Amino acid sequence: MPLTHDVHASGDADIAGWLLVALVVLVPSIAYCRAVRSRRVAGRNWSRLRTAGFVIGFVLVAAAVSPAMHALARRGPRGHVIQHLLLGMFAPLALVLAAPITLLLAVLPVACRGTVRRLLRSRVLHGLAHPATAAVLDVGGLYLLHLTPLYAITTTNALAHHVVNLHFLLAGCVFTWSIAGPDPAPRRPTITTRALVLVAAGAAHAYLAKLLYARAPGPPSHGPDQVRAAAQLMYYGGDLAELALAVALFAIWYRRTPVSGDAAGYPDSATEWAWRRRRCGRWCTGVRTRSGSRRRTSHASSIRTTRSSA
Amino acid sequence: MDAPSDRTNPGHGQPAPASAPRPQRGRSVLVAFGIGVGIMAAIDEIVFHQILGWHHFYDRSTPQIGLLSDGLLHTAEIVVIVAALFALGDLRRRRALAPMSAWGGFFLGLGAFQLFDGIVDHKLLRVHQIRYGVDDLLAYDLAWNTAGAVLLLIGAALVWRARADSTRSSASHNR
Repeated sequence: MPLTHDVHASGDADIAGWLLVALVVLVPSIAYCRAVRSRRVAGRNWSRLRTAGFVIGFVLVAAAVSPAMHALARRGPRGHVIQHLLLGMFAPLALVLAAPITLLLAVLPVACRGTVRRLLRSRVLHGLAHPATAAVLDVGGLYLLHLTPLYAITTTNALAHHVVNLHFLLAGCVFTWSIAGPDPAPRRPTITTRALVLVAAGAAHAYLAKLLYARAPGPPSHGPDQVRAAAQLMYYGGDLAELALAVALFAIWYRRTPVSGDAAGYPDSATEWAWRRRRCGRWCTGVRTRSGSRRRTSHASSIRTTRSSA
Repeated sequence: MDAPSDRTNPGHGQPAPASAPRPQRGRSVLVAFGIGVGIMAAIDEIVFHQILGWHHFYDRSTPQIGLLSDGLLHTAEIVVIVAALFALGDLRRRRALAPMSAWGGFFLGLGAFQLFDGIVDHKLLRVHQIRYGVDDLLAYDLAWNTAGAVLLLIGAALVWRARADSTRSSASHNR
């Protein structure tokens, strides 16, 4: 098979690549675990699932940039699709569910905390992290890659390849965060908006996958069968990611809907709005930082009171 | 007893009402409808696309607009079924689920998707046909759409009966 990836030499480059893989997993994981420990020392709990999510997220990133995956990508478009699925969808989901910003806010010195909060409240960030913007950045990037000569460039130019991968990781994180992030997010759009954007982004992704399938043969270096197989993988991989993201989104809704009385927690738009606005107010004023565990215990107690009084 | 309209604002910490939980029939129908739509879509995809292979991932006659609408429908199904399952869980934990209404909604959802797929997808948008290489496609179309209509009728009957039952019981309760 004619190879175009002359930039990836084997041998020494492989060792350097595996070293990079180890660093990608170890450095952030150790930093996260240290932060969790300092939080525990301060007497506040932190879910082990979140820690696991963070480590898994970086393991997925490392898998996507490992020499083995590069070798797969050199052999055809399927490897590229797997790389993009891992970097743009599955790793971001695990990372976002680990609530890194919440942890950061909890362990930063008070002076720095203010800066981070101001950043979280800035209009630029809200514009960038709106689900619609994030979806355009994420799925739009895929369209740009596959419908322009950019894809051909990434198969020969290592720098372009890495920049594209980095873009998918970052855009994927922002998109996942805007849809289902447990982190504090002032003025976050309603669940309806987020669900609609998720549907639209998923449809755009599925459409692109079928378009690529229909247009096979694609780049001259790959056979049509390979391109079709890659397009199908992209389609079903996108489905799986959308399903996971939808579960994460509605699980947040489920957990945060109070269960006080039989009609309370009705997710009609009016109450959802009022309730969310109150939450946002609390985040914006910074009176109290959110903690998932605290809210869950208060829910549990409200369920108990409902049961006992009914 | 009718579906409650007193939607209390959550978060105020009001004491829970002392009365027995009231089933929300309308909401039960709606939530189960979403599940029905999702289940029928899954049956269509798993049985007809993947196991029988009657129609496929992509067929070359599909026009662009059909491709786009197919993508939208497909991703909307995924989100709807997840949302509906969580909403069902929410109804159950508030003990506001009306089982017969929910079953009615479920069958309505099954039938509605079947008919929509049979009429809009297969005939109007022509995303794909039920089966390729058969002489009389009409028989397949008739069977498909009749099945959808029957499911729809079962659902309507269940919803109607649940409504009649609860009206009767509330009437006897008031007496």
